[in-house]
Amino acid sequence: MTIGLSHYLTVAAILFTIGVFGIFLNRKNVIIILMSVELMLLAVNINLVAFSVFLHDLTGQVFAIFVLTVAAAEAAIGLAILVTYFRNRGSIAVEDVNLMKG
Amino acid sequence: MIVSAIAFYVFSAIAVAAGFMVIASRNPVHSVLFLILTFFNAAALFVLMGAEFIALILVIVYVGAVAVLFLFVVMMLDIDFVELRQGFLQYLPIGGLVGIILLIELFLVGAAWVISPEAAHVVAAPVPAFIDHVTNTRALGRVLYTQYMYLFQSAGLILLVAMVGAIVLTLRHRPDIKRQVIWKQVGRSRSEGVEYKDVKPGQGL
Repeated sequence: MTIGLSHYLTVAAILFTIGVFGIFLNRKNVIIILMSVELMLLAVNINLVAFSVFLHDLTGQVFAIFVLTVAAAEAAIGLAILVTYFRNRGSIAVEDVNLMKG
Repeated sequence: MIVSAIAFYVFSAIAVAAGFMVIASRNPVHSVLFLILTFFNAAALFVLMGAEFIALILVIVYVGAVAVLFLFVVMMLDIDFVELRQGFLQYLPIGGLVGIILLIELFLVGAAWVISPEAAHVVAAPVPAFIDHVTNTRALGRVLYTQYMYLFQSAGLILLVAMVGAIVLTLRHRPDIKRQVIWKQVGRSRSEGVEYKDVKPGQGL
């Protein structure tokens, strides 16, 4: 019973779907939406590393590092926007975010 | 071989279950803790695959930085999280539908797909042979600091911009707080900085 590429791809697909599902399910809570985005990026990373290992090419792991970097930056900026928004409005509900609507 | 298969199934099952609990749990603090569990198990999967460096970076960056950031924000903001969960069941059918369709599509793609036999000939950065005793970290460093030098530098730039942006967004100037005013400090002259007092014996000032 060897674990092949498709096993890892399956896990990544399920995690990605959970991320998408979480965005739909928690429409009001921005924090959970950000966590769902992190889950999706983790699934992408699993895909990249799995392909890298099973095709014997290190490029996938290099790009996993870059995805990790962007994910960290995105989380920091997203949470900073969240804190600023909460200071101004006193709520983080997504449907209240309509200040920039023309 | 059987041990690694069992380890794979255990780690991936825990990762998927914890990932589901991230989106399903009532308390956002629990969500963050389940997110940490997911990342730990994903790191274990990376170790199983032989990508130790990415695994440890995942633990350090996600568990050490991102998850703690989430935890800080969740605990810092004073929010009624019960109110935010209203409409949870309202979005359940459409969300479930989209999720199931996406999952089926992903499996269909996965089932009908093969690696091209020419893929082995276009490897951009081959993994060093096991005989050479090159660790994963060293091999990755050899590629990252030569072939992908400019991308690596831009990744650092992205982090710098993110840091500056986060500071600019959250910094606020409150009027009742004393701050350092550098031009005032530098512009002080000796005459206004030093004051002579003639202190009589036996008396204070």
